[in-house]
Order: sequence, then structure tokens, then C-alpha cells
Amino acid sequence: MIKHLLSIRDLDADGIERVLQSSQFFRDNMGRKFPTLRLKTVVNFFYEASTRTRTSFELAAKRLSADVLNFAAGGSSVEKGESLKDTAQTIEAMGVDCIIARHSSAGAPNRLAEWVSASVINAGDGMHEHPTQALLDLFTIRRHFPSFEGLRVAIVGDVVHSRVARSDVLGLQTMGADVTICAPPTLLPPGVETWGANVTTELDPLLPELDVCYLLRMQLERQKRGYVPSLREYARIWGLDRRRAALLPERSLIMHPGPMNRGVEIAADVAEFPRSVITDQVTNGIAVRQALLYLMLGGPEAKEEVPDTV
Amino acid sequence: MLDVRIEKGLVAEVRSSLPENGATVVDCTGLVVAPALVDLHTHLREPGREDAETIESGSRAGALGGYGALCAMANTTPVADSAAVVEQVFNIGRAVGLVDVFPVGAITVDLEGEKLAEIGEMHASKAQVNFFSDDGKCVQDSGLMRRALEYAKAFDAIIANHAEDRGLAEGGSMNEGEVSGILGIPGVPDEAEELIIARDLALTKLTGSRLHVPHVSTAGSVELIRVAKRAGVRVTAEVTPHHLSLTDTLVASFDPVFKVAPPLRTRADIEVLSAGLADGTIDCVATDHAPHAQEDKEKEFDKAPPGMLGLETALAVLITELVVPGRLTVSELVDRMSTAPARIRGLDGHGGPVAAGAPGTLVVFDLEARWVVEPARLASLSDNTPFAGRELQGKVVHTMLRGKFTVRDGEVVHGQG
Repeated sequence: MIKHLLSIRDLDADGIERVLQSSQFFRDNMGRKFPTLRLKTVVNFFYEASTRTRTSFELAAKRLSADVLNFAAGGSSVEKGESLKDTAQTIEAMGVDCIIARHSSAGAPNRLAEWVSASVINAGDGMHEHPTQALLDLFTIRRHFPSFEGLRVAIVGDVVHSRVARSDVLGLQTMGADVTICAPPTLLPPGVETWGANVTTELDPLLPELDVCYLLRMQLERQKRGYVPSLREYARIWGLDRRRAALLPERSLIMHPGPMNRGVEIAADVAEFPRSVITDQVTNGIAVRQALLYLMLGGPEAKEEVPDTV
Repeated sequence: MLDVRIEKGLVAEVRSSLPENGATVVDCTGLVVAPALVDLHTHLREPGREDAETIESGSRAGALGGYGALCAMANTTPVADSAAVVEQVFNIGRAVGLVDVFPVGAITVDLEGEKLAEIGEMHASKAQVNFFSDDGKCVQDSGLMRRALEYAKAFDAIIANHAEDRGLAEGGSMNEGEVSGILGIPGVPDEAEELIIARDLALTKLTGSRLHVPHVSTAGSVELIRVAKRAGVRVTAEVTPHHLSLTDTLVASFDPVFKVAPPLRTRADIEVLSAGLADGTIDCVATDHAPHAQEDKEKEFDKAPPGMLGLETALAVLITELVVPGRLTVSELVDRMSTAPARIRGLDGHGGPVAAGAPGTLVVFDLEARWVVEPARLASLSDNTPFAGRELQGKVVHTMLRGKFTVRDGEVVHGQG
């Protein structure tokens, strides 16, 4: 298994498949505690506020019996001006096996991986990537469809600022899905036409064909920078409201990485539709992160403690 | 094969088979003897950031790179926006004595782009400044830029404006394009540079003044300058060795050593920049040598300051990237790195030709020698070279300033001051 997970590109289709299969075991045994990572230490190294990702990793590590440290930049020596490198090396000097890094700067986990000998997992870096979110999204989709091959997925909204979108597009394409990116032109990344996905600014014509409609969080601060004239206008043209949701086929899933802006990218009631798997994504996130930590840190001795079905 | 005799700091004779007559003989068989290089764009960091570079360490780096003259940019602390600061830089340069240091004056007070600096006072100072730039910052206000160009005419001075439209460049720390889209790093589009160059060319035409465009980085900029030159606008331009050799794909490492302003562009831009340098649209090469202390560069990509070292690698990068593939002849290389920049700034005593009566300010380099760039072995106090670990062809063997060795056999000769 890989030493670091900095980008979803670090896993090929077989690697992703292995994580998804292990995730199924942990999903089936949700709530059980395993001794797999006993004597291992994992640090949640969070330079940016996060509730769901941090607690998800914390729970995943604890359910594998790892010791878990939580580091938050706020209130730490970072506020005294300590550099990322010095802080990371200080943390590592305490004997850490894995650094789970969340940072507002793209590439910060890549830099950490050069500076420390511990494994590094990217828990979201700036607008770059969020590979464990992609894995949990793939796992959530897998539970509803037998294969990714030819699956039609739309990723809708603020793609340019979205690390989730970058990882999801790559992960879905690696597994054979047919991805369409839909956003206002101001929220499309430069060079998006080279991503191998279909690109459109029109949502309505897409909907009747979709297996998955994935809505991105509209980052409210973007409105001030003039990316869209108003959130109201955005919601009217690109938001998934009840009328649009009705255009989706019966089989299709509605997904969102959270936290949602209800009434902006997704109408409040649509988020509660039976086809919405938004809360499942959160639950599945724990299982996927357990699988990843197990595969990356478990080592040969760990494999004896977890059944062969993993 | 010619011999060169140097006496009392001047080239006395150049012809074949000169008699020794008791002179010191330096065997330069197989080497190129040329006028020492001239850099229009160097950041020496003194005063203010002597931990990153000093005038002495920068002079050593320059001499090792084959330079006889460096133009020290104004973005020091305090800013070189007064006669006092430019004279201080000039005097320290003279005291070190390894290269001639010619200060660049700021266009505006404290580089703030609001009020003209005392251009006349700096020109009248001992440093005789005739080249002004807020480099690192762009004069955004078109009215103020017009005034700067107009005012500088009184001294036949040159205005060099860092071309970067603030609104388009805001938040960007690499080239905007396919790579920035994938990496999720906000980019600076080509148009941020081209809009300002187009504006400045129009203002230069309006005022009849002299404009120098520093560190041209896009294909579109080359075309703008080409058209303006044909129309008779008094414009000159420079390109850096890194913009001629490195692309934005390197940023995928997230290593801030590849962060520079303007940013590294694409292979297509390099093609047009190289062609523009060869055909003279771009007049010269300048290093934009920008040392940064290690702790400043060892940061997250978006938080690190832009800038790269350049003095000690420039000649070899150009030989490797342009001369070896046949895109530039050796005499064109010497012109773009020495003669043209000296002519632009009017530096008598620099830029050759190597002929009787000219100052003995020379570089001797080996076109064939190959070497690997090792940051720790560079003379600069900083080590932010984007060429670390790269094998380059072409190496400076000797450098002379007015008949005295500043570098001999690849080593700095002390005691010139």
C-alpha cells in the first residue's frame, strides 16, 4: 500500500478498489473496535477549521485503537509565528506514525511529506484535493450501483474553488464513470476542458440522464468577490430545487460533501429526499478512513487480527 | 585565435601571437573571451535583508557568473527612493569592488505607486541613476505612470515598470492555465502582464519617453513589443533565463523555489520568448536575481515570496537552452548578456567590444564544460535556485574588472576594493 495519500492520483483503480473493499468490512462492523493500530500514533494536524473531517478521522483512528492527537493551528505556536516545517518536525519528534493534514494552502501536505518520515494523509489542502472525500463518495456510490463503468455523474457548482471536485472528478474517471462538470463560467477552473469531463453551464438538460447529481457547497465568501451576482440568482439557475430534482431519474442519487447551504445549492426539502445520501456519506466516511488507516499503517501484524475478508 | 594584452586596466592590443614581454600569461585556449556580462535586474537585498544577500555576497555571485556590472533594484528596506539610499548602495558596491553596482531608483515613494520619488535628486547624486523601477510592484495608476515617463525625460532616464495588473493578478501565485486549474492554485493570467505593457507602450508613445519592459514572460507581450518597436516607440525589453527555460508544470511539486513573479509560463511562451530574443525584439537577458532566506522560502507555496537566484547560472542556462540547440550564436549571446544591456543603460566601460582602448572588463568562459548546480556551493547567501541538481553546459573561468581578476579559475579573487 502507498506510504502517503496526497492526491487521489496516488491510487490507481486497483488501489481504490482495495480501499472500497476494506471499507465494506468496516461499514458492516461499524461501531466495533479493532486492536489493529494499537501502539500507533496518529495526529490530526489541522491548520484549517473542520468538524466533520477531523472527527471522522479521529473516530476512525480510535476504532482501530490508535492513539490520537489533535493539533489545531489556532491557539498553538503557529500563532507565535512557528513555520509549518518546524511545527511538523516538532510533532513528529513526539513519535507520530501518521499525520493527517488539513491546510488552507494547496500542496501543504506534499511539503510535509518531504519534511517528515511519518505517513501523510491529505485531509484537504486549499483548493487542491480532498482524496478521502473522493474515496467516501466512491464508496457511497458503490453501495447503490454494481459498477462505476459508464455511470453518469454530474458535479455541479463552485468547481474552481473545490478540492472535493478535483479529487472526485479524478477518482470517478479512474473508476470508469462518465463525469460532467456544470457551473457558471466564473466558477469553472482554467483548463477544465482538458480534464476529460464534459463541461456545461446548463443544468436542466443534464438531469434526466444522471445516476448521481453531486452538488458542491457554494462558498458564501465568493459572492463578495463577484463570482456570481447574488446567491439568489445562483440558487435559481444552478440550485437543485424541487422542480429540478423531479427531473432526475428514480435511480439517481443526490450527494453533497457538506456542510450544506440549504436554499442555495440545494433546497432544504430536496436534501431530505429519499434519494439523498448526504448523511450516508458522513457515516461511510468513518468506514473509508478506517480502511485507509488500516491499509496504510496496519502492517503485516495487523492483517492477522482482521479477518481475511478485508 | 587571438591574444589580448591588458595594461593599466585597459585592453592594449588584440591580435594573433603577441610577444610575452614579461607579461603574465593566462592561457585561454579553447575558451571564449568576451566583455563581462551586465545585469539590468538584480536584487541585492542590502539595505534591509542582509540575511538573504548583501552587496558583497551578491557581487561575489555576480563575478562568479561572469558579470562586471549589476543594476541593484530599489525594493530594499528602506526603499532606494532617495539620493541617500542610492549613494549608499553605490558606495558599498565600489568598496567591495568585485563588480560595478549601479543602483536603480524607485519610481514612486516607498514603491507605493502614489507619489513620484525624487528622480532628479537620484540622477544628480554620485550614483547618477538613470534607470527607475518599482520592481516587485507595478505602477497601477495610468496618470502617475504618464507623469513618471514625462518627468524622466528631463534626465533622459528610463522607466522600467513591473507589468502586472493588480485586479487580474490578485491572489495568484502561479501561471493561470491548465496546471493551475489542476493544482487548485489561483493563477495570474497572461493578460495581467499584457494589459499593463500595452498601456505603458501607449503612454510611452504619448510622452516620447523611454520605457524598459522587465522580465517579459508571455508570447503576447513579445508581440506587443514587436509592434511598438516597428511603430518607433522607444522601448527596450528583457527576458530572464528562467522564463526561457522553465515551465509552470514544475509548480506541481508545490516547491516555492519555482514561485516567481511574473510566474513561469508554458512551453509555447518559451518558444516565442526565445525567438524574440534571437530576432532582437527582446533586447537582452536580465537575471531578476532574487535571493530569499531559506526560512522565507520553506513555506506553503502561496505564502512564500516570489523570486529565484540567477546570477551564477544565467550564462550556463542560456548556453544550455539556446546556444547548444542552435537558437542563438555565441556572439548573439554576448550581445544579449553584455553589449545590449550596457547600451540600454548607457554604461560606458561595459559591454565591449574587446578592442584596443576598451576597459579590461572581461569574462572568459568555457562553452563545453558541464557542471551540476549545487545550491550549497553558490556564493549567494540564499539557495533558492530552481536549477538545483540540473546539469548545465558552459562555465565561467575568469572574470576581470578593469584589468584585475575578480574571478580566476572559477574562484573569487579577494582584495579588489
